[in-house]
Amino acid sequence: MTKISMVVNGMPVTALAEGRTLLSAYLREGLGLTGTHVGCDTSQCGACVVHVDGVAVKSCSVFAADVAGAAVTTIEGMANEDGSLGVMQQAFQDHHGLQCGFCTPGMVMSASALLAGNPKPSEAEVRHGLEGNICRCTGYHNIVKAVLAASGQTAMAAE
Amino acid sequence: MPKDHGIGASMKRREDIRFLTGAGHYTDDIALHGQTFAVFVRSNVAHGRIVSVGTEAAKGMPGVLATFSGEDFKDVGGNPAGWLIKSRNGEPMREPKRPVLAHGKVRHVGDAYAAVVAETYNQAKDAAQAIADASVIEELTAVVNMATALADKTNRVHDEIADNECFDWGWIEDNRAAVDAAIKAAPHVTTLELINNRLVPNAMEPRASIGEYYPGTGDYKLTTTSQNPHLTRLLVAAFVLGIPENKLTVVSPDVGGGFGSKIYHYGEEALVLAAAKKLKRPVRWTAERSESFLTDAHGRDHVTKIELACEKDGTFIAFRTETMANVGAYLSNFSTVTPTFLHGTLMAGPYKVPNVYVNVKAVFTNTAPVDAYRGAGRPEATYSLERVVDMMCRELGLDPFEVRRKNFITTDMFPYTTPVALAYDTGNFHATLDKATQLADVAGFEARRLESAKHGKLRGLGLSTWIEACGIAPSALAGALGARVGLYDAATVRVNATGNVSVMVGAHSHGQSHETVFAQIVGDKFGIPESAIEIVHGDTSKIPFGMGSYGSRSLAVCGQAMANACDKVITKGRKIAAHMLESGEGEILFKDGVFTVSGTNRSKTFGEIAFSAYVPHNYPLATLEPGLEETAFYDPGNFTYPAGAYICEVEVDEGTGHVEVTAFTCADDFGNVMNPMVVEGQVHGGVAQGIGQALLELGVYDETGQLLTGSYMDYAMPRADDVPFMTVDHSCATPCTHNALGVKGCGEAGAIGSPPAVVNAVLDALNRAGKAVAHIDMPLTPSRVWSAMNA
Repeated sequence: MTKISMVVNGMPVTALAEGRTLLSAYLREGLGLTGTHVGCDTSQCGACVVHVDGVAVKSCSVFAADVAGAAVTTIEGMANEDGSLGVMQQAFQDHHGLQCGFCTPGMVMSASALLAGNPKPSEAEVRHGLEGNICRCTGYHNIVKAVLAASGQTAMAAE
Repeated sequence: MPKDHGIGASMKRREDIRFLTGAGHYTDDIALHGQTFAVFVRSNVAHGRIVSVGTEAAKGMPGVLATFSGEDFKDVGGNPAGWLIKSRNGEPMREPKRPVLAHGKVRHVGDAYAAVVAETYNQAKDAAQAIADASVIEELTAVVNMATALADKTNRVHDEIADNECFDWGWIEDNRAAVDAAIKAAPHVTTLELINNRLVPNAMEPRASIGEYYPGTGDYKLTTTSQNPHLTRLLVAAFVLGIPENKLTVVSPDVGGGFGSKIYHYGEEALVLAAAKKLKRPVRWTAERSESFLTDAHGRDHVTKIELACEKDGTFIAFRTETMANVGAYLSNFSTVTPTFLHGTLMAGPYKVPNVYVNVKAVFTNTAPVDAYRGAGRPEATYSLERVVDMMCRELGLDPFEVRRKNFITTDMFPYTTPVALAYDTGNFHATLDKATQLADVAGFEARRLESAKHGKLRGLGLSTWIEACGIAPSALAGALGARVGLYDAATVRVNATGNVSVMVGAHSHGQSHETVFAQIVGDKFGIPESAIEIVHGDTSKIPFGMGSYGSRSLAVCGQAMANACDKVITKGRKIAAHMLESGEGEILFKDGVFTVSGTNRSKTFGEIAFSAYVPHNYPLATLEPGLEETAFYDPGNFTYPAGAYICEVEVDEGTGHVEVTAFTCADDFGNVMNPMVVEGQVHGGVAQGIGQALLELGVYDETGQLLTGSYMDYAMPRADDVPFMTVDHSCATPCTHNALGVKGCGEAGAIGSPPAVVNAVLDALNRAGKAVAHIDMPLTPSRVWSAMNA
């Protein structure tokens, strides 16, 4: 076990980890940030998505040691400073973009990274952009609506 | 301005805040002082004799605390089937023991035959591998295919069952001769052989369990991913481990989806409890996704032949169904009721057909257990019916909309008893079909088809009309049909001294939004804001004995229990108010949170009455107990019968066979709707699962019993770009006549109604393009569609 340090949600942190410790385990077990979920262990479902230096990354497929020193943002870091929901989080609540909530952290992280790179995506671009995130509850209808709403657009076909 | 709270409002969900901020509390999120980690050793062959279990190999490995094998549990009980089904010959079903860990034989890939507990997860993983390497399992010929399994006298999943048959069930056996005669004499008979494809439920949260034991009191605690903690407690305590129920608490905290797969008790739950007692430390286990694929109860997997006999004008005369249903290697808790009473009783559909008979043979195979998955039996019934009706229409050149209208039960016929024993209380099948037809712009289809053709795409339109029996279930009826439990539900409404309310419910929310919707109902009842109401679920030490959430029952059964408990509170509140206001109880009106003496301005608020109940200084103590807390158990008088009409449009790529769902329209009758936003979300999710079944998903075992689709690389889950925006309507409501809320249930609808609509649409596209394809089995992958087009 060695000490690995990084900046998570704006705070410098250090926790013990093995060389084989995944970033998802470092966050969940090392730091107690259990909002990042592990749904498949194989980089397919996207529940574990976090941002590493601003880029959406599946944290179940990255070694913690490989991102030592990086700036990591998790779902716990997405609210506004006053504690109110951030834009994407609020859009998910407003449009009922979640049910059981398990895929939600990864979905919000992927969606916000999507808008960072493409502020006004089309419906098709949103659907394609979320292809790496599986949701079993919502049929994606309200997730896509929420992401379009967060981008300031209305999902006309869904109204 | 639409309502923003109370019954009927699309109120935003209260539970969302914690889920959106990473503050949810799922089983694997819980860290305990002194916790240890269990890992299971699972069979890598489908069928084998256990010669030796290499637990010795783990002894002395770093961090290893304990090992277990089937030998350790051979003297405790088995995990039972919840329903006893009788065969046509009157014999009870074959019911082999399902042990905590496999003993003697392993019966499917993933069958756990040993477990190890260690200080860390990685140490437990390493030790489990050492045990696997040191174990000797003599591989036997696997029984995989149902048809050959029934004829196989040599290879037996369970040595004591010669033909691998669990039961041979007829419904209703007395109908059989008349159905046979009607089919023989009919002017037209359409016959369809189909496969209802095996599905893997794939709740996004893998199963997880934590066992705890408190030596000082002898109490156990199981934290687990369950849809029904009380049922799990009953099974693990009374049936398997022999723990007194009062010494076991089962907690299901936030649960990340269930879809049926988390109804059942699984052996891992018993193991972590037994290990916690042995080690006197918490023992935790979380499934890897590959374990979920191998060991979560799968869904569907029927092979069916259905015959539809009719007049030349399409008037139905008889339906006859013969089904082989795969139950896998062991009987999971609901595995015997799913292909029987949840399937056979629905085989009249929404139609006034006079003759119906269903035969189901359940077959053991060396595959994972198969049990209820969203819809559970009713999707299988709906798919068979709606496919054969469409096929008949094509054979006779009849319009599928008109044929359904001609055969629908009409509104003047309710209550209507079908030939397969259900008593539909209410419905309006013509209305939902008309509504779907309008919303889907069926009149404009031909123009859209021509437009698609310009782009080289074959466009098709498919219809499905469906009905289900849910709100499970009247206990007396279920008991007469073989249920081994009651199916009521329960709620306790505790008005606290300061006037806010705690509501303890037997239902469990794992996506269904109870924390919001149930509060809307209580808020309406008491005339107080939802913010003053807490919905408590998922902890057997807090909630009354309810049966949990499945079969679209939460609102229709538990919700009604909760409403009844609220009414009891109001009745008591009236007595208290009458005393305080010095009037007769009959003169007290309760409205908008205020008790008023009729015709006066003398009144007490709900909060004042609550305070008086707990600080009874001015209180009728001689005739009334203090306190304001009431419990109600509610056992429904009948099933509820949601119904609807679904229309799907697809474009098929002629060159590749790829199918795109371009539009999906649902017109449903769920009775009264408490929160439209939540109801529509439930339908969206169900339809996506149905589109997944129709186009993408298939659990595949090879001939040796290896699961070929054991990860998301191999099992195609619907993703955001596989489904369209959907049009969802629930305005054609006929309220349920036997619960006071008038609700029917919406959780399973989408998964029930959608698969045949998708398949009918694809076949419509092909046949309109001159390709005479009668049927394609699900999933309609590009390969299957292309092959059918080019046969």
